[in-house]
Amino acid sequence: MDFPLELLINAIIAGVLLGGFYVAVTIGISIAFGMLDIVNIAHPAFIILGSYLAYILNAQFGIDPVLVGLLMLPVFYVLGAAVYQVYYLSFEKRGQEALRGLAFFFGILFITEVALVLVFGVDYRYVEAAYIGPAVHFRFIDLPYRLLIPCVLALAMFTALQLYLGRTFVGRAIMAVAQDQGALSLMAANPIRIKRIAFGISIATAAMAGAFLIIIQPVEPSVGREYIGRVFAICVLGGLGSLPGTVIGAMLLGIVESITATFYGPSWAPAVSFGFLLLTLAFRPAGILGR
Amino acid sequence: MRSRIFILIALAVAAAFFGASQLVANNYLFFAGYTVLQFIVLATAWNILGGYCGYVNFGSAAFFALGAYSTVFFHKTFPMPIPVLIVLGGLVSGIVGFGMGYLTLRLRGSFFAIATLALAVVLQTLIVNWDYVGGSRGAYIIRPNTINLAGYEIPYIEYLFFLMLALAMFAIITARTIERSRLGFGFATIRDDELAAEASGVPTLRLKLIATTLSGALMGMAGAPFPYYIGFLQPQSAFALDYAVNSIAMPMIGGTGSWIGPLIGAILLGTIQQVATVTISSAVNVLIVGVLLVAFVIIAPNGLVGLVQDMMRRERR
Repeated sequence: MDFPLELLINAIIAGVLLGGFYVAVTIGISIAFGMLDIVNIAHPAFIILGSYLAYILNAQFGIDPVLVGLLMLPVFYVLGAAVYQVYYLSFEKRGQEALRGLAFFFGILFITEVALVLVFGVDYRYVEAAYIGPAVHFRFIDLPYRLLIPCVLALAMFTALQLYLGRTFVGRAIMAVAQDQGALSLMAANPIRIKRIAFGISIATAAMAGAFLIIIQPVEPSVGREYIGRVFAICVLGGLGSLPGTVIGAMLLGIVESITATFYGPSWAPAVSFGFLLLTLAFRPAGILGR
Repeated sequence: MRSRIFILIALAVAAAFFGASQLVANNYLFFAGYTVLQFIVLATAWNILGGYCGYVNFGSAAFFALGAYSTVFFHKTFPMPIPVLIVLGGLVSGIVGFGMGYLTLRLRGSFFAIATLALAVVLQTLIVNWDYVGGSRGAYIIRPNTINLAGYEIPYIEYLFFLMLALAMFAIITARTIERSRLGFGFATIRDDELAAEASGVPTLRLKLIATTLSGALMGMAGAPFPYYIGFLQPQSAFALDYAVNSIAMPMIGGTGSWIGPLIGAILLGTIQQVATVTISSAVNVLIVGVLLVAFVIIAPNGLVGLVQDMMRRERR
C-alpha cells in the first residue's frame, strides 16, 4: 500500500489554516484566563453571538462578515467591560469567583445558547460572500479562501495584540496585572480598570472569531460547546498567559485534528482536544511556553 | 444517635410518600415524580463536591450518561435486575470520576472545572461512534408493563419510582453523614482555604478524590435506571445540557452549605419545570433555570437557605 503523501500534506496544510482560525477563537481566552485568571467558560457563547450578528447583517444588508466583525469590535468591547464590572462587583470583590463566578459564566453560556435556539431555532445558518467556495490551487495543494482569509486575519489580530501588549502603557499594565496586582496599584494604575479594559479586549476578539467561524462553517447555537474543550486545551497547551504559546498550541491542535479527521473520520475530531488537554495537564501543566 | 433518628425519619417520610402515591391512580404523577427524585440525587451528588469542597463539576451530564449507557451495555451483554445495574452504573461513573480527579485535581481548581466541561463533549463523541450501544441512532430498551415483586404485580413505572425514591434517600443520608463526619470537616477546610488546610496536614488530594469519586458514582447511579424510564436512549437525551445546568442550579438556588439546600432546590425547580414543560415549552423552562441561576449567584449567594437564615437573624435582633 502506497502512503497517501498528497493526502497527508493537504491535511497538514488544512490543519495550519484551521490552526490560524483557532488562534482567533482562543486569543480572548488567553487574555481572560491566562492573564486575568478569569475562567470565562462563556467565551464560545460570545463567539456564537458574533456569528449570528454576522449572519443577520449579512442576510439583511449583504454586509461582508469580516466587515461585520470589525464593526462589532467596539460593541463587544463595551459588552465585555460591562460583564467584567458585574463579575467584579458580584464575585471578585467578595472573593467568591471560584465557585459562584464559574456558575455565573456557565449560566451566561447556557442563557445565550437557549435564547439563540428560541429566536433562530436549531437550523444551521450561513453567510454569503464572494470568497466562500473558490480556492487557490498549487499543483496538488488546495488552499480554500474560506480558510485562508480567517487564518491570515487571525494572525494579523495576534500580531496587533502582541504589539499592543508589549509596546503601550495599558498593554504592559495588562501583562503586569497578571503577575502582581498589588505592585501595579503602586505604579498608580488602577488594576480594576486595567482588568476591565483587558476583558473588554478579550470579548472584542470574540466578534472577529464569530465572523470567521460562520465563514468557515454553518453555525447553529450549540456549536459553541465543541469549542470549550478546544480553546482551553490550546490555552493550556501553549502555556497560560503567553500569546505566542497560544499560536503554537492552536497550530498543533489544528494539524492533529485535521490529520485525525482525514484518516479516521471527522466524528472523532472533538476527542483530540480533550486528549491534548489531559496529556498536557498530566505531563506538563505549565504548557509549551509557560513559565 | 441523632443520625439514626434522622435515618428513621427519612425512611418514614419516604414510606409515607410512597404510601400516598399508591392512592393515586394517575401514572403521569409517577413519571413526573421520578424526574424530580432523579434531580434530587443529581443535585445532592453535585453538592458533595461543589458545596462541601468548593470544586465545580460541569460534567454532571457526562456522569449521568455514563450510568445510563452502562445499563444499555449490560442490558445487551448480560441482563440483570435494575438494582444491580444501579450499582454497576455507580461503579463505572465513580471510576471515571476518580481518573479525572487524579489527573486534574493536583492543579489549580479551575482546571478541574474545565476538564469536566470537556469530558461531556468527548464522552458524547465516544458514544456516538460506538455502535454496540446504539451509536448516534440510539438504543431501545423495552420496559415490561409490570414486575412481580414478592408475589405482587406492580406497574413498572411504580417500581422505577420506588427505586429512585430509595436512591434519593440514600444520597441525602450519605450527604448528611458526610457533613457531620471528619470527612465533612476535611472537605470544609478545602473549601475555605486549601493552602492552609494542606499546611496543617489535611490530606487534601485524597479528600478531593474521595469527594469526586463519591459524587460521580451517585450521578451514575441516578442515570442507571434512566434507559428503562425513557425506553429509547439517544446520546442527545443522555448528555442533555439540562442535567449539567440543573445539577448546578438546584444546589446554588437552594443553598450549598448543607444537604437541605439541594433538596429544596431540586424539589422547587424540578416541580416548576414539570409544570412549565406541560404548560409552556421545554426550551423556555430551561431558560428560566439559567436566568434563575445567574440571578441567585449574584443576588443571593447562599441560596434560599441563606435568605431564610438572614431573615431569622434579623428577627432575633
